[in-house]
Amino acid sequence: MSATNVAPTGTDDPGSRQLLRRISKSVAGGNPFADAALSALVAFGLFAALIGLRTDSGPVGLVLTPRPWALAGWVGAVFLVRLLVLLWRQRTRPAQAYAENRRLAEGLAHLSRLLAPALLLLALALPSFADRSYLDLGVLVLTYVMLGWGLNVVVGLAGLLDLGYVAFYAVGAYTYAIFSTQFGLGFWTCLPLAGALAALWGVMLGFPVLRLRGDYLAIVTLAFGEIIRILLINWASLTGGPNGISGIPRPTLFGLRFDASGGPDTFAGYFGLEYSPTQRAVFLYYVILALALLTNWFTLRLRRVALGRAWEALREDEIACRSLGINVTATKLTAFAIGATFGGFAGAFFATRAAFVSPESFTFIESAIVLAVVVLGGLGSQFGVVLSALVMIGGLEMLRNALSELASGGYLGPLGALVPDPGQYRMLIFGLALVVVMVLRPRGLVSGRTPSVALGRRREISAELVAEGRG
Amino acid sequence: MSGPLLKLSGVTAFYGAIQALKGVDLEVAPGEIVTLIGANGAGKSTLMMTICGSPHARHGQILYDGRDITALPTHEIMHMGLAQSPEGRRIFGRMTVHENLLMGAQVVAMRNYAATRDMVFTLFPRLKERLTQRGGTLSGGEQQMLAIGRALMSQPRLLLLDEPSLGLAPLVVRQIFGAIRQLNRDTGLTVLLVEQNAFQALRLAHRGYVLVNGAVTMAGSGAELLARPEIRAAYLEGGH
Ligand SMILES: Nc1ncnc2c1ncn2[C@@H]1O[C@H](COP(=O)(O)OP(=O)(O)OP(=O)(O)O)[C@@H](O)[C@H]1O
Ligand SMILES: [Mg+2]
Repeated sequence: MSATNVAPTGTDDPGSRQLLRRISKSVAGGNPFADAALSALVAFGLFAALIGLRTDSGPVGLVLTPRPWALAGWVGAVFLVRLLVLLWRQRTRPAQAYAENRRLAEGLAHLSRLLAPALLLLALALPSFADRSYLDLGVLVLTYVMLGWGLNVVVGLAGLLDLGYVAFYAVGAYTYAIFSTQFGLGFWTCLPLAGALAALWGVMLGFPVLRLRGDYLAIVTLAFGEIIRILLINWASLTGGPNGISGIPRPTLFGLRFDASGGPDTFAGYFGLEYSPTQRAVFLYYVILALALLTNWFTLRLRRVALGRAWEALREDEIACRSLGINVTATKLTAFAIGATFGGFAGAFFATRAAFVSPESFTFIESAIVLAVVVLGGLGSQFGVVLSALVMIGGLEMLRNALSELASGGYLGPLGALVPDPGQYRMLIFGLALVVVMVLRPRGLVSGRTPSVALGRRREISAELVAEGRG
Repeated sequence: MSGPLLKLSGVTAFYGAIQALKGVDLEVAPGEIVTLIGANGAGKSTLMMTICGSPHARHGQILYDGRDITALPTHEIMHMGLAQSPEGRRIFGRMTVHENLLMGAQVVAMRNYAATRDMVFTLFPRLKERLTQRGGTLSGGEQQMLAIGRALMSQPRLLLLDEPSLGLAPLVVRQIFGAIRQLNRDTGLTVLLVEQNAFQALRLAHRGYVLVNGAVTMAGSGAELLARPEIRAAYLEGGH
């Protein structure tokens, strides 16, 4: 077996059609080299212009710089990866792969029981050993965890596909921004306000979409998210239009500010400490951690009561819910309202952390990222959201840092050109990671569903273990 | 006992422009098992759903326990002591048997939950064994038991059952029908039963109605209807 049986022999089948036929025959025949070569060919076609050429601004307009090495590197990588995947697959039989997947699912379920407390401890202890950049990363991840948990109520539990979740994030952020800069209200006063206003918007969105499901609902929520953003851009007298609102005050700890003035009403001054900007970073970190944990606690409680169970039932069968006397309207609206409240909290936090809000932070891509975090984690799984936020947001950010270090450090010599500029490829890597996870674990990282009531020992029921036979 | 528990007079129902019920009159007395038979598409399921207010009746009146429920929203009607096990079972497949039963008890106080559940378990011991299993992985018969059990969890006075024998083996059908009879005899539960299985349904029921094209064409006691040649020809041909 070698790659040469892909190459045309020239004499017996000259035409390109015959070549293709031969290739497809050997691919179908399970020749991994042929398959990998074909993949490399496709990759070449795709990347020839995308990676093989770069535009630089020259003296007159743009000039094209060819990058054969980069192209060769990528095509070679595709060939190798495809080959490895195929060889790996040949090694394991489908039944074996199934058993492996099953073991993995059980392992993950088991792991989550141990890992969750460990992660919580790590999160609590992080500020004691992490430096500033890791703290900021922690805040970023926690923000997405919180948003993911909030959206999980709507999408994961109630099964209402919401593509405009960022709208509530925006409402929360602008609520705090406006109330603090216009009326001088503090963060802790505005936080419930931000939640309440976001909930109001949630109900306002909920009413018109009550009768919609699935794709139709998704489209309307998508539009709703855009409406909010456009409103923010155009209602310039209130929102500052595209320029946004700056100078948003930072949160205080029981009235103590975090700044360098050193007075008795500052954190450093009150406790007689040396001022350091890290203090505020640590404080912000604990604020978002507390908010996220509150969200989680609340959601976990809700799952055990009638309302939460009704959400899950609603996701499965609306007609059955009606026949059991559930007020479908009220149930859906509360899901929207509660999910929106958490989004609003996260938004207020975002505003106070950045001290600046503008419509640019609330584009569709944010909704998409939060939804991706929820879907990747496994719809309805609280722990899954944490895992996927860690991987997709934290992991990606760390990969980006590592890559730029690699590219700028000159460790690789001429091969340094192969390392993609991480800033530009962020969404590409994000998308790739999404595809990979969805292919390997179609129901998300944590796909089991913990029953909301248990008799004695709680049992995780893995989605892979059972083929659903619904009548 | 005074008056019927359920009384429909001149009820019509529409799906858009399609008229599915064309003036139905029907009565169910307390403690009775009444069965509704008819061909596919006759409007049996529509009738059951109309009683629950989804869709609402366009004309006519539905009285439950003397109260006019014609225009009430579904969730209010279901709080009044009616329960329905809808066509096709519609249990919650991803939720456990236990959670399904809890969903059934949503409209009543949790105080009586344990007692009601035990009652359901005596009726269908199989459910007790399968308490932590996901609804979707139960066998068809078990799912039907769960659907009925879930409806019973709201401690109804009137139970609406839409084709409980759908797709089940004769032995399981007999088991389910036995359970209905036992419930009716022991607790005085009133049952309105829609069935394709006309022979067994008419033997079980005190009275029956025949629905043709959205209108009642015949009514009478179970034995009476069983004896009618036109019923034999239309619904029991080649039957048991
Ligand atoms: N949601 C709907 N929209 C439009 N037409 C409907 C709808 N549901 C039922 N119908 C129509 O109403 C008529 C009565 O339907 P129904 O389901 O009540 O029949 P059925 O007697 O229960 O039949 P089966 O024995 O097959 O269950 C049928 O002609 C059906 O096509
Ligand atoms: Mg029917």
